[in-house]
Amino acid sequence: MGTYLLRRLVGTIPVMVLISLLVFLLIQAAPGDPTLMLLGEDTTQEDIDQARERWGLDQPVYVQYLKFFMSAAKGDFGRSFKYDEPVMDVIVNRIPATLELATASVIIAIIFAIPLGVWAAAKPNSWVDNTGTTFGLFGISMPSFWFGIMLILLFAGILNILPSAGRDTYGIAGERITGFYVVDSAIQGNWAGVRDGLEHLFLPALALGSNMLGILMRVTRSSVLEVMHEEYVTTARAKGLVERKVLWRHVVSNALIPVITVVGLELGTLLSGSIIVETVFSWPGSGSLLVIALNARDHPLVTGLVLVYTVAFVAINFLIDVLYAVIDPRIRY
Amino acid sequence: MRTKVYLGGSVVLIFIIAGALGPLVAPFDPNQQSLETMLHAPQWFWGPHFLGTDNLGRDILSRIVFGARVSLLIAFAVVFISGFVGVILGATSGYFGGNVDFTIQKFVEVVWAFPPLLLALTIMAFLGQGLFNLILALVAQRWIQYCRVTRGQSLSLKAREFVISAKSLGASDAQIIARHIIPNLIQVSLVIGTFAMASSIISEASLSFLGLGVPPEIPTWGTMLADGRIYISTAWWLALFPGLSIFVTVLGINLLGDALRDVLDPRLKRAGTGI
Repeated sequence: MGTYLLRRLVGTIPVMVLISLLVFLLIQAAPGDPTLMLLGEDTTQEDIDQARERWGLDQPVYVQYLKFFMSAAKGDFGRSFKYDEPVMDVIVNRIPATLELATASVIIAIIFAIPLGVWAAAKPNSWVDNTGTTFGLFGISMPSFWFGIMLILLFAGILNILPSAGRDTYGIAGERITGFYVVDSAIQGNWAGVRDGLEHLFLPALALGSNMLGILMRVTRSSVLEVMHEEYVTTARAKGLVERKVLWRHVVSNALIPVITVVGLELGTLLSGSIIVETVFSWPGSGSLLVIALNARDHPLVTGLVLVYTVAFVAINFLIDVLYAVIDPRIRY
Repeated sequence: MRTKVYLGGSVVLIFIIAGALGPLVAPFDPNQQSLETMLHAPQWFWGPHFLGTDNLGRDILSRIVFGARVSLLIAFAVVFISGFVGVILGATSGYFGGNVDFTIQKFVEVVWAFPPLLLALTIMAFLGQGLFNLILALVAQRWIQYCRVTRGQSLSLKAREFVISAKSLGASDAQIIARHIIPNLIQVSLVIGTFAMASSIISEASLSFLGLGVPPEIPTWGTMLADGRIYISTAWWLALFPGLSIFVTVLGINLLGDALRDVLDPRLKRAGTGI
């Protein structure tokens, strides 16, 4: 187990190096001279040369890459053009909001998907199954940003019962401890704050989670159907257990293993979905920050965010592999 | 099963017809602006603007029809290029094994290490808007699915009798891959291609929504949604119809893909990829 994890961990190093190379090459391929962009058009050649020397742009590409890699490995991506702060500080400040949203989305997806999937599989081809499967397909086919806009239209526009943007109503949230508003408010006993946080959280989390919900529902259904035909299930029935017990104790507990994996795999999709859903709901997380950075052509911030997202993605995949190995001891590769 | 084919098929057919006939079906020029017809609500059959007009007085139905054309063009290009690259790399990787396989698979691993959409976003951000860059950005990760599945298949294909006999008759590696391996990978590629089509329509719309897709003068569903989002509280039809078009089209393609998979490759379903 230990050696497997170590090998797997070492295996991610070349991947990370190559990723940084790919991002570096993309920056290099960007049209326009960065010195001209920063200095403005009417600067003298002398000034330009000086600036290029100061920023190391006169050195060979591989030296530039090495420098880029060394500072990126330390988490130093330079200063953001737009915010005039170190890139890492800007990003770290925004991460809790994204994590809070992603967590809520996963919870919503799991709460709805698993019972629906089990229910559909317990009565295959019934109306329950058909409706459930159709909803699953809807979830998969619906672009989350459009779903988000429609939720705003319905709940904020027509019914006017939920807020359409942001994380909190001004003045309600208390002191920042963990960065998770709902948790912070709960710690401080600020129940109005908890409620306010949840109200702001619900629509974006639903929009972001809809895709995962659809996929999880379908995976749960097919996994339960598969387990249903195992011999130990027949045995459980043969010894006279009531159907409900057979279903929940023998079928579902075994059927959930692939579901857990899919949750892990879909976390990556959720991560990139957050970029667009956060924009729709003006959610102040790292996803909407990326869009702001893109529009402001804030290249250091874009680079930092892309690398942070990618590292997070690689880390998630690593953790899934660990989880695999824990759940199923046969896996060793 | 049959309903899936009919439903999915007819949606896809409408989509293709609308895209192909574009200018003939659209009642108006999609870019024709008019101050007099600004923000008209859908008039259905009681007026010239069936689905209403947007903030610049442009006819929404016409823009949706032209948007179908753009989406169709991009999605087909993306699916074909990804399929081409993915199948060739996958077949080569599986057939040769060894160092070739190792190199290709390492490359797959690196490209796959980017969260979906993020690589496309980065490419668009650094290379700039444009049709070519957009297709490149969407292909960037989409060939991998083909590559992974076809690699596995060609691994097992190369041990089959017909490949071995072709080899003993003196066929070169290139001949074997082109004549014996790749034709056997077409079916599975078709299934992957259908789902890739659905996902590239959504990705294209996402990028356009963020202002990183095709140049703004070309009407696409994603840009229409982005424009309409601002007017959500006053003019709901601006955001509803383009999004609905994306949703229905993708739903149709997914239905068709489900059916196609059940017919062509029932193994995929049993293998647990049946999602």
